Amino acid sequence: MVTLNIDGRELKAEKGQTILQVARENGIDIPTLCHNEALEPYGACRLCIVEISKGKRTRIVTSCLYPVEAGLEVKTDSSRVISNRKMLLELLLARCSKNKVILKLASQMGIEQPSFKSEYLEDNDCIVCGLCVRACEQVVGVSAISLVNRGIAKEPASPFLEPAADCIGCGSCYYICPTGAIKMEDRKDSRIIYNWKVEFKLKKCKVCGNYWAPEKQLEYIKKKWNLPEDFFDTCPTCK
Amino acid sequence: MSANKNEMPKKFRSKQDLEALQKELINGRKSDKALIAVCNGTACHPYDCAHIIQAFKQEISQQGLENKTELRITGCHGLCEKGPIVVIRPGDIFYQQVKLEDVPEILRETVSKGNIIDRLLHADPTSGKKIVHRNEVPFYQKQKRNILGNNTEIDPIKIGDYIAIGGYTALAKALSEMTPEEIIEEIKRSGLRGRGGAGFPTGTKWESCRHAPGDIKYVIVNADEGDPGAYANEGLLSGNPHSVLEGLIIGAYAIGANQGYIYVRNEYPLALANITIALNQAQQLGLLGENILGSGFDFNVRITRGGGAFVCGESTALMASLEGKVGEPRAKYVHTVEKGLWDRPSNLNNVETWANVPVIINKGADWYRTLGTDGSKGTKIFSLVGKINNTGLVEVPMGITLKEIIYDIGGGIREGKKFKAVQTGGPSGGCLPERLLDLPVDFDELTKAGSMMGSGGMIVMDETTCMVDIAKYFLTFLEEESCGKCVPCREGIKRMRQILDDITDGKGSEEDIDLLERLSATLVDSSLCALGNTAPNPVITTIRYFRDEYEAHIKEKRCPAGVCKALIHYYIIEEKCPGCGLCVKACPQDAITFLGKKKPVALDESKCIKCGACYDVCKLGAVGRK
Amino acid sequence: MNEKVKAIISKYNGDKGQLVSILQDIQTEYHYLPKEALIKVSETMAIPVSRVYDVATFFRAFSLEPRGKHLINVCLGTACHVRGAARILEEIERNLAIKRGETTKDRKLTLETVNCMGCCAVGPAVKIDGEYFGHMSTDKVDSVLTKFE
Repeated sequence: MVTLNIDGRELKAEKGQTILQVARENGIDIPTLCHNEALEPYGACRLCIVEISKGKRTRIVTSCLYPVEAGLEVKTDSSRVISNRKMLLELLLARCSKNKVILKLASQMGIEQPSFKSEYLEDNDCIVCGLCVRACEQVVGVSAISLVNRGIAKEPASPFLEPAADCIGCGSCYYICPTGAIKMEDRKDSRIIYNWKVEFKLKKCKVCGNYWAPEKQLEYIKKKWNLPEDFFDTCPTCK
Repeated sequence: MSANKNEMPKKFRSKQDLEALQKELINGRKSDKALIAVCNGTACHPYDCAHIIQAFKQEISQQGLENKTELRITGCHGLCEKGPIVVIRPGDIFYQQVKLEDVPEILRETVSKGNIIDRLLHADPTSGKKIVHRNEVPFYQKQKRNILGNNTEIDPIKIGDYIAIGGYTALAKALSEMTPEEIIEEIKRSGLRGRGGAGFPTGTKWESCRHAPGDIKYVIVNADEGDPGAYANEGLLSGNPHSVLEGLIIGAYAIGANQGYIYVRNEYPLALANITIALNQAQQLGLLGENILGSGFDFNVRITRGGGAFVCGESTALMASLEGKVGEPRAKYVHTVEKGLWDRPSNLNNVETWANVPVIINKGADWYRTLGTDGSKGTKIFSLVGKINNTGLVEVPMGITLKEIIYDIGGGIREGKKFKAVQTGGPSGGCLPERLLDLPVDFDELTKAGSMMGSGGMIVMDETTCMVDIAKYFLTFLEEESCGKCVPCREGIKRMRQILDDITDGKGSEEDIDLLERLSATLVDSSLCALGNTAPNPVITTIRYFRDEYEAHIKEKRCPAGVCKALIHYYIIEEKCPGCGLCVKACPQDAITFLGKKKPVALDESKCIKCGACYDVCKLGAVGRK
Repeated sequence: MNEKVKAIISKYNGDKGQLVSILQDIQTEYHYLPKEALIKVSETMAIPVSRVYDVATFFRAFSLEPRGKHLINVCLGTACHVRGAARILEEIERNLAIKRGETTKDRKLTLETVNCMGCCAVGPAVKIDGEYFGHMSTDKVDSVLTKFE
């Protein structure tokens, strides 16, 4: 057990925990975009930054990754933290100037317009947080997609920008994406994930007749967990 | 193992084996033969040194001089501006800008008869007097070539040469007379600080790595010298690869690592070739592998090439690349000496740092401390380049001033122009103005002034360099090299570059400087790695020291240095133009026309794309640029 | 192709950490990274294709498109930059009607840039295949390029 101070409160934490975990356990709000509890922390969006001091040295670190230490002093909303967060949001807003999620976050921070020339504003939805790629790798275990290119051209994509051969259509990427940048559609008996250029046949329930999950995904799960061949012939609602 | 034969002796089983061979090789060197040392460094390759070396080989045979001369193909001699360089002994006669056709004469006159060929001598820049001996060449006077100096004494791909000058005696001493703790203590006492740029105390780093929990540890040589304009590591690694290897083995022993990696930049084929040969030779002699010199210490090294990514010079990105992944850095809240390559304790140091180790072990920390300042001991190698007369690789004692390097060693500004700024630390560093020329070369002094030591680039700029353009140049570079993982660096550098594009295009506005400063603050504070949080340095220092240039671009739409295309124009200086038409031919846009014989030409500005071809081609100064 | 790729992989003992080196050898062999080769690497080394592809697109050494017969490298290092390298690049782009990173239609020349080759003394410097050209100026571009056509 270690004791640290967050925003003036003395809090107890387990060794190995991060500042973010301890803060959230204690109802202290720190914004994040690229973080998800089911995945390893990544440190890409930088929104979760906090100001820490130990002795005389003060620095800015990402709370999602910084391990707790005894005697650490943390400020989650000092003026230095706030001004950094605001500029980060301005940068995101400049990239995703019409995205509802980013617009809302920016507005909450008091930002109406980014400080950059309007002719340079872009209309992306993806913030390259990597959640889709990380979920596909760490939770699903398929690694059908990856973050390709480098720098400003970095983006999640399927290999060779062709239909992702290893994708099983589970939709984890769609569900985890914080900004709605992944476009997935279930239409009657098929599912399309536009970003990875893939289309899947959906399985029909023997009982209710509804199309409920991609056949490829179900085959994958059956194989992985050694389930009987007819295990998914009935949908979860009817089971 | 002589200079002419290529046979390798048997593996060393002990320190005594090494000493015996060393004695034999030293005796072999004590001959009456004349020595011809020809520079084969990368910077001399554009001067066709490869053919000159061939010519020497052929001529030596033709003139029947095989038994009277030794031809030594060496690494970089340092004065790259005057290459190809040839040094003749006895006498250390320094010949520069040697041409293919000079070779027979050099052999006939200087080597055979001792006559000096005047036209090949270096001339003192002030007096014009010709200088014969290398140690009298002004370029070398204030240098302390403790590390690079050995380049002229060895052929880098002959381990025998390295052993003959005392190579691997530090390793033998370390393995047989010192404990790992004693080695670390000696490195700590020496005050050696990392030469990769950040200047972290090397001994302390080694100690942390040694004490980190875990049986498997790694040592790594960072030879991914990515700073544009810096080739100091290249000259060292290609010119004396064994010096780096010896330091690495000593470090591995001190830390307790049995596996090492040398990560070489992809764009350095010569360095890669030479370190590979050196590695093989060391293995053959048992200086790598099992039970080195009978000490019981096992150590193996693997060489890996970079893939062309500046960010892989950052230690965690380099390690990611060594794991077969993209070169993305990660947070260093847990240091790499505890969790590095494959999550194991890893000690990474720069090429030059490793090369300093054998020197410290051989001569001792006390000796090492006699050079340098309180905070920065030893020497530093710089690639002194740009608008300087004596472009090349220099090695200076810490504490020497920038002025001494630029004027006494560098010979001042080319073409008689005026000094404007000196840039150190690459894209992570800053541009320092004339009034800071008395600053000593010292880790902390450079950082205080807003720049940093960096790994070795020292770029000199003159009145024709636009400092706003330089800031834009570095941001453009970093925009392409950013790994793209974190928001501030990926998005922030692009926005800063866009603002600088606008300023240099004459579209800047009053708020731009303030916005650049705000963006800089965010990048410094919240970037994931050192690429991002030092990216603003060139911008911050140029605003700090050259604000007037920014204001001229923004308020007056004027580029004082005459560089930014949108703000300059080319024109014909009619009094100087004889109508020869060279520029007419050179112009890709047909913007210049003949007006008649012996009449000055006419430049149509509406067609001009500011390519500068006319300016370059006119030898009469009849094309002006404002 | 499969045999060659397998041979390269076994040269590095199929070590996953050597992926970048393996791709470099493939690049040297074929002058680019063919899709089939990358898929073979993925299968042989049990690395997801997406992870081979992200490495292939991250590093500048790699090209996913066939490169030309001759490779032009224009140095844009700081020392060359202050000596006017940008104008040399522009002139070459104009002369060949391609932009940096591209290959001429007849597949003879590929134009790339590099950030410091270690030839600062002779900057602005250009390297074509293994040959260096120092002290470049815009008026020398045409004669240099003609040597390679």
